[in-house]
Amino acid sequence: MSSTSQLYQEVILDHNRKPRNYGKLADANHHAEGLNPLCGDHIWVYVRTHAGTIDAIGFEGQSCAICKASASMMTAAVKGKKLADVETLVGEFRDMTTGKLDTASGTHHLGRLTVFSGVRDLPVRVKCAVLPWHTLHCALNSIAMVSTEGTADPVPDSGVERTDHA
Amino acid sequence: MSARTTAVHRDGRHDARGFDVERIRADFPILQLQVNANPLAYLDNAASAQMPQAVIDRFVRYRTREHANIHRGVHYLSEVATREYEAVRAKVCAFLNVHDEREIVYTSGTTDSINLVMHGYGRKFIGRGDEIILSVLEHHSNIVPWQMLAEEKGAHIRVIPCNDAGELLVDAYEQLFTPRTKIVGLTHVSNALGTINPVKEMIAIAHRQGVPVLVDGAQAVPHLPVDVKDLDCDFYAFSGHKLCGPTGVGILYGKARHLEAMQPFKGGGDMILSVSFEKTTYNDIPYKFEAGTPPIEQVIGLGAAIDYLSAIGIGEIQAHEDELLRYATDRLGALNGVRIVGTAAHKASVLSFVVDGVHPHDIGTLLNEDGVAIRTGHHCAQPVMQRFGVPATARASFAFYNTLREVDVLTEAIVRAQKVFAV
Repeated sequence: MSSTSQLYQEVILDHNRKPRNYGKLADANHHAEGLNPLCGDHIWVYVRTHAGTIDAIGFEGQSCAICKASASMMTAAVKGKKLADVETLVGEFRDMTTGKLDTASGTHHLGRLTVFSGVRDLPVRVKCAVLPWHTLHCALNSIAMVSTEGTADPVPDSGVERTDHA
Repeated sequence: MSARTTAVHRDGRHDARGFDVERIRADFPILQLQVNANPLAYLDNAASAQMPQAVIDRFVRYRTREHANIHRGVHYLSEVATREYEAVRAKVCAFLNVHDEREIVYTSGTTDSINLVMHGYGRKFIGRGDEIILSVLEHHSNIVPWQMLAEEKGAHIRVIPCNDAGELLVDAYEQLFTPRTKIVGLTHVSNALGTINPVKEMIAIAHRQGVPVLVDGAQAVPHLPVDVKDLDCDFYAFSGHKLCGPTGVGILYGKARHLEAMQPFKGGGDMILSVSFEKTTYNDIPYKFEAGTPPIEQVIGLGAAIDYLSAIGIGEIQAHEDELLRYATDRLGALNGVRIVGTAAHKASVLSFVVDGVHPHDIGTLLNEDGVAIRTGHHCAQPVMQRFGVPATARASFAFYNTLREVDVLTEAIVRAQKVFAV
């Protein structure tokens, strides 16, 4: 099976059709806007944190299936998780999509998110998959203003604009 | 699908006018490629066209027998290189119906040509409160330089709107002129929609107000005969690589009186007559705009590309591409859930479309699986996307070496993508 067919499998198509946690979160205490200027993916991620944990999360925007499904599955994966664990997952997701993490052999916490591993063979689509995660990372880091974007971001020109909501 | 296109299609080799597309395809080695185990269907010609063997061979000859720097040496190779390089001006003149070689400036591409007009003409003649008219169909390369100028000078940009078919509203355009209007920037053919704009009529309107017009011809010269004398445009810009030539070279045609009035944009060698630390005297046109060692082999390659296309005949090319566009419009238009964006009465062979429930980027990736190369995104024309209320489109753009069979492959690949997405 080609990497393209692998990528467009049922779980991703299902999340594209019926995205989970879709919509603006009225009482979010962090949010960020993500944009892939090249292809036009444009999303907003809203997060409500409490006691170091993601209490609630939502997203909205216009994007391709890879981006939308990635955002949908991300929101499901990080809800209820401690912020430190979320950052670990963000890093692992980036490493998987850029080919730095081999999900078959390496240890990781990605679970069902490994359906996105095929994107590593489609370089121009990596940004689509990573955009929601990068946007979440930016939203969360606006709290502490400690950003490791420069080194942590595999796609530094993806054009995410951080907007603080403190 | 009309009976005529069906009949043409079954023949497979010749179309109704005897245009032998298979013989032409044999000139392009890259068209023999397999992509993802499928024959390449290269339908991204508006982004960049492929290069025929004749142009590739011209590079080899230049590099094996002719290379040296130009306008400098008295030795044999410098004379050969200079002669071959300068000879291309005459080819460009014949191609555009220009009678004065001094009106042809070599640049690095359409973007560079437009920036040269902005810096050389705009910065000298456009000031605070002046107005620049651009169309909503412009490529970013004919928007951003003028925005930079407007910001620097305190000038204003006025935008020509279009209708739902993607045709510019000429009456509205006429209303945009004021005594402060200093230049009009207008694309000949929209890269995103394919609309062929009525530039001759629009230039005449501008000239009645005494306003010069810059035409962005990047998408026009590969597809239709261009006669700048007939258009009476003041400036005309295009790129080599969309014309089956190399990247890194383009042309700016400018009326001699404008070019003479313009200030140089880049300073350096070759653009001067004499230099001292007290005073530098600029060279004559067009050389005063050609500072530094130019893209010599690219210019010579562009000349070979013009020879190649002229031998086929731009009229022949246009007729075959019109056939492809009609057929593709019929086939895609018949698909459920597919909407063609840009339905102007006069179009070049560009077909922009959106598919219900499938983002253009997913279409592009799935089509690539079938060996079909199209462009997806905003096509560097975000105002067009905003006008039509879409974030992006998928765009198939045809060249004279494309076939009706490739239109079928495109159509089938779209249907397959719809099946994957179950829409």
